[in-house]
Amino acid sequence: MTIEMIAIIVAGVTIAIGSVGPALGEARVAASAMEAIARQPDMAGTITRTMFVSLAMIESTAIYCLLISMMLMFKLGPLFEKAVETAAP
Amino acid sequence: MENPIIFHIGSMPVTQALFATWCMTAVVLAAAAVLRLRLRAENPGWAQRIVEMILDWLGDEIQGIVNRDARPFLPLIASLFVFIFVSNLSSLVSPLIPGFSPPTSDITATAALATVVFLAVPIYGVTMSGPIRYLKTYVEPTWIMLPMNLISELSRTLALAVRLFGNIFSGEILFMVVLSLIPYVLHKAVVLTVVPLGFQLFIMFLSLITGAIQAYIFAILATVYIGGAVKTGERKQEEEAAQ
Repeated sequence: MTIEMIAIIVAGVTIAIGSVGPALGEARVAASAMEAIARQPDMAGTITRTMFVSLAMIESTAIYCLLISMMLMFKLGPLFEKAVETAAP
Repeated sequence: MENPIIFHIGSMPVTQALFATWCMTAVVLAAAAVLRLRLRAENPGWAQRIVEMILDWLGDEIQGIVNRDARPFLPLIASLFVFIFVSNLSSLVSPLIPGFSPPTSDITATAALATVVFLAVPIYGVTMSGPIRYLKTYVEPTWIMLPMNLISELSRTLALAVRLFGNIFSGEILFMVVLSLIPYVLHKAVVLTVVPLGFQLFIMFLSLITGAIQAYIFAILATVYIGGAVKTGERKQEEEAAQ
């Protein structure tokens, strides 16, 4: 097993594990916001804005994992880089 | 992926992302100039109505966050929003123009935008609540929190840049991966090419939504950060007035 193969496998595992937590968190935020809007429709504007800000905050952990897996693939995985180069015009 | 250098101005290399940023700036500036020349109080055109609607909505959003007149913040926040929105939507035309990708799919452009917000926070804080009151926000609630506040100032700037970049860049990557599927499918059966093309349409639709939401989030987070620096000063003033 070469270092490139290990890098690609680790990149896949990184984004797979790293997307589970934020997905659960964002689902809870969205559900709570919907409950709050259903209870108080007058506050829908404020609740929606706060929801978007907190979604962005939670999402950034997933984005960090994406960035790490990108770095693993593009810096350590010339195999994938070659595949992309041949595929893209 | 990598950032090819197109040409040099003097000794400064101009990369593809920088050139795309200039193109987007030129598009926004030209649209603004045309709108400015055709500005009318009576019987406004449809373009003027759309821009006024966007500015009114953004003003209301800013006012809801900072709890004061939105006018000092509106120029910065609205220009950030419009620029990021147009840049994100340019990902729809990027497959048509070879060698073009949206400026916000490059980390340097988003890092520059985040730096603008990073510099705007102390500028607004000092001009609106005074240098001493602004500096006091760093030692709240106690002076032990000073390193934490300094770290959060830097880390939220990094997060702002990486969030926008990651969202738009991942959309581009997804698009390219699906594009690379087409030759394989073409070998098997020509009819099956509909599947990746349809999926690509879906990805474009998704990137439309993501681009709009990310532009909104960037503008709102910039307002929250600036509002945090301004609001703390205001609360101090109120507390002192009460005493």
